Amino acid sequence: MARDRTLPAIGVILALGLVAAAFVPTWTVSFATLALAKGIVIIGLVLLMRAALVPFGQALFYGAGAYATALAVRVGGVSDAILLVLVSLVACGVLAWLLGFIMSRYREIFFAMLSLSFSMILYGVLVKNADLGGTDGFTVATPTFLGTKVDIPTARRLLLGLAIVLTAGAAALVHIYLRSPLGALCEAIRDNEIRVEYLGTSVRRAIHVKFTIAGALAGVGGAIAAMSVGHVSPEMTYWTTSGELVFTAILSGTGSVLAPIIGSFVFESVQTLAFQYAPRFWQMLIGIVLLGIILFLPGGIWSLVKRRAGAKP
Amino acid sequence: MTALLEARSLEKTFGAVVAAHDINVSMNAGDIIGVIGANGAGKTTFINMVTGYLVPSAGTIHFDGHDITGLAPRQIVQRGLGRSFQIPQLFGSLTARDNLLVALGIAAPGGMSWRAPLRSRAMVDAADALLARFNLERYGDTEAKGLPQGVRKVLDVAMATARNPRLILLDEPTSAVSAEEKFDVMETLMRALAASRVTVLFVEHDMDIVAKHAARVIAFYDGTIIADAPPEVALATDDVKRYVIGEKVV
Repeated sequence: MARDRTLPAIGVILALGLVAAAFVPTWTVSFATLALAKGIVIIGLVLLMRAALVPFGQALFYGAGAYATALAVRVGGVSDAILLVLVSLVACGVLAWLLGFIMSRYREIFFAMLSLSFSMILYGVLVKNADLGGTDGFTVATPTFLGTKVDIPTARRLLLGLAIVLTAGAAALVHIYLRSPLGALCEAIRDNEIRVEYLGTSVRRAIHVKFTIAGALAGVGGAIAAMSVGHVSPEMTYWTTSGELVFTAILSGTGSVLAPIIGSFVFESVQTLAFQYAPRFWQMLIGIVLLGIILFLPGGIWSLVKRRAGAKP
Repeated sequence: MTALLEARSLEKTFGAVVAAHDINVSMNAGDIIGVIGANGAGKTTFINMVTGYLVPSAGTIHFDGHDITGLAPRQIVQRGLGRSFQIPQLFGSLTARDNLLVALGIAAPGGMSWRAPLRSRAMVDAADALLARFNLERYGDTEAKGLPQGVRKVLDVAMATARNPRLILLDEPTSAVSAEEKFDVMETLMRALAASRVTVLFVEHDMDIVAKHAARVIAFYDGTIIADAPPEVALATDDVKRYVIGEKVV
């Protein structure tokens, strides 16, 4: 059996990341925080995509997580960053669990489009709701950390540290889950649902669990994004955001929970550079990158890592 | 003694088509039953009803004294009734060992864990023991989609035994297997299943295999049972000769 080094690698990333968070240039802090926020969402997407379920509406939970945090600050008076993450985690976990009763009945394009339709319903609600800021959204106050109010630059670095801890925690937990019997059902469900049922377990229940976990993780990503940007808007639930998340998941590959972390940084970098150097054509550049990945790296960036490690992609 | 499986007055209709009519089958623990019949005779329909793939239009099925009529496949499997398929139902992208690991992981006492590793030493040893029991050791690291048909059939049965069923239904375990291979495949299966003392019902078209391995033969024709007796008796009846074997009966 090949030795699994994923958990030690996550530990190293966590340690190096926390050290780096204290010293990286200021301009990279928000960039890295947003990349990690989306990385957490992609880690959840990996669970579903391994089972051949591609949700084109995962921005539903990303946006709902962001709005849950924003509303907890605005209405609930909650200011602590960790508490805000917990609020979004629970809110989106419950939302995903409820929707999971419907979603777990569908597969392939029906699953994808139903997921998209739910996200667009939330988008419609947010856009039309003046109390939630309508199309403009509303601002989110800088959070406190363990009850302490700090200046904005420090808060941003602390938020990056929190994002690193949460990403590492999510990656570790999802990795442990994926190597367990319940997690191993992803590939089994993708290959043959009939056999899974005839081995004595419910495919729908397994998908329901994965959908709930993915939704809760997307909520955490949304919470971090809301605190990092300091603003929430309906765009966070729009289908282009969902497309961006799926794009990043394809770019990353689903071979490891480490892949989304790498992939989200690569995507944010490509997007930033494309926007900087070709502001009128940046979407076209993103499209060319996606085309290249599908044609030459169907296993995503992770397949390069595997190839370099001498293992089968 | 309570029958292990008791199917009473089973009917299955698809619109105007009667696929099964007045099917009565009783099996005791330890039985080895061969089911024969031409294509469309109702053999697979019977297995599909017993294992929950199809809900009977009428009639009842009891397993170990409990009514399992209309239960979902997984509920029936959990009660100790396993099956294999005419077209092997495997996880194509996984190796043979991983197919068995998934099966063993699902069957683990106390339910599936979300954190205990599937590839623990104990689980891998259990999977390797199953590979050995079914003579599949050399295919352990081969992806299921790349396995020869005979091996796929055997792996399909091996997966069904991961939960230690008390009754296993094999749907044409040697179909699409070459004439040279099919006797070896059946030998391997019956030897492995005998080791686990499981009660067996198998559907088979080769009468030599049926005569060799079955202690009792049930013959289907046009959705009904036309014979239910030891092989030497069942295979000698005029109806079986005429409708199943295809011999001319004077």
